[in-house]
Amino acid sequence: MNKKSFGNKLIACPYIVWSAIFIIVPLLIMFYFALTDQNGVFTLANLASLGRFKKAFAISIVYAIIATFITFLLAYPMAYFMTKLKISSQKMIMMIVMLPMWMNFLIRTYSWITILANTGIINSFLGKLGLGPLKLINTPGAVILGMVYDFIPYMILPIYSVMSKIDNSLLEASDDLGANAFNKFKRVIFPLSRPGVISGITMVFVPSVSTFYISQKLGGNKTMLIGDAIEYFYNIGPDYYNIASAISLVLMVLIMISLFIMNRFSDDDSGGVII
Amino acid sequence: MKILSRLYIMLILFFLYAPILVMIFFSFNSSSSVWVFEGFSLDWYLGLISDDVMLGALKHTLIIAVLSSLISTVLGTAAAVGIMAIRSKLANRIIMGTTNIPMMNADIVTGISLMFLFVFIGKIIGLTESLGFITVLIAHITFNLPYVILSVLPKLKQTDAHLHEAALDLGCTPVKAFFKVILPSISTGIVTGMIMAFTLSLDDFVISYFTCGDYQTLPIIIYNMTKKSVTPDTYALSTLIFIVIFVLLILYNALSSKAESRAAKRRV
Repeated sequence: MNKKSFGNKLIACPYIVWSAIFIIVPLLIMFYFALTDQNGVFTLANLASLGRFKKAFAISIVYAIIATFITFLLAYPMAYFMTKLKISSQKMIMMIVMLPMWMNFLIRTYSWITILANTGIINSFLGKLGLGPLKLINTPGAVILGMVYDFIPYMILPIYSVMSKIDNSLLEASDDLGANAFNKFKRVIFPLSRPGVISGITMVFVPSVSTFYISQKLGGNKTMLIGDAIEYFYNIGPDYYNIASAISLVLMVLIMISLFIMNRFSDDDSGGVII
Repeated sequence: MKILSRLYIMLILFFLYAPILVMIFFSFNSSSSVWVFEGFSLDWYLGLISDDVMLGALKHTLIIAVLSSLISTVLGTAAAVGIMAIRSKLANRIIMGTTNIPMMNADIVTGISLMFLFVFIGKIIGLTESLGFITVLIAHITFNLPYVILSVLPKLKQTDAHLHEAALDLGCTPVKAFFKVILPSISTGIVTGMIMAFTLSLDDFVISYFTCGDYQTLPIIIYNMTKKSVTPDTYALSTLIFIVIFVLLILYNALSSKAESRAAKRRV
């Protein structure tokens, strides 16, 4: 890049000190708490006791995977169809998609209760048609719906921004070379949009797997996710910080592993595809 | 096909806005229910004006958002300029790797680990209450910084370093050259980073939840309200926020498209 730079290393110092104190040290303290008991004596008991939360971990991962997959299925066509609109309409739709992201997600999630509750909008509508009330709220489906709803903009935006940069002449070339619609999608559009898909998937999966509000509001008290477990122990008080740290640590490792796997996917052969 | 794709877009947008429409609708309810609509009233909006808790939280949220976005913009821009000057590949990777942590990690882990640090320090210096204004501000600056750095760095990389040299040759001091030459060419990145930081800070719930102590911001108040039962006043407040953001976005879009067309004209 630039051979002679204009900056001075020294002015990065405040940030470097800041990030050491407020990014690295907190994680080290979390490690320390996870590996000690309340008196600061080294122990593996916290990590060993995590077996109790096997179910919470399993449910969190399964729900997050399902939610991410559904989000992808909904968002991908959305992003694709958006690129087919006039530029001015594209801009407008983008804005409309982003607007809910600036709304408090607690309220947006809470509004779903009004829609899904036993006496809520859907069920009172069904009741007028003479259909019995459906059990919608406090179900796994409702929790997954909440995740899809809250995080879908994070899937639409990266896929859209990658897709809108695909060179139209590539699509024309594939037409000229005799590709049918399916092949055009499989061999040209999808590979080129993959970086957007990868970042969309990570941006939906990470908050889904670690959420603790959605499950409490839409899943009732039956579903305990990892996030709920952490919040629960945080609320009981300092005596339980060690166990909360241990759970957070495992959650962090889990996220790092999934990010690593996702990165693998994106590095595969993308170098060959993006010329 | 065209009709189907439009229909699909409309359906997704409807999905995105259904709960928001519900919220706006029930904010005008005359009873305190968010289930059964009994009649139109503006009482909840009028009630907001005298709701000290809510207004106090709104003030806290704005103070934190303004301060944290300003501080992280200054620190982050300086960091980006400094990072550009660092030659060592290893040092660069370590710094960028660290910068990525808060963006990649789950908010709940970032929040709780910061809380541990604050409680730890609080214990050492013997505070009874270690969480409050300062800690939530520090937490917000910390998660804002990566976004500022990552929006300024690409702009810096596009900037021609020879411009800076030329300014020095023409007699500028390095500092003056920075402000006269470099800063204008990275200003869009800085503004983008600052806006991003501001909105992230306004909307943050999870990290504030673990670090704010008694200095409660709006999302925290809303969280506490939804723990009990929500009354339409929360919906009224959210509707107001929605309208403000909507207007700001439209203004921003109008201004930026105006600026674009002006720039296009100049190019011709």
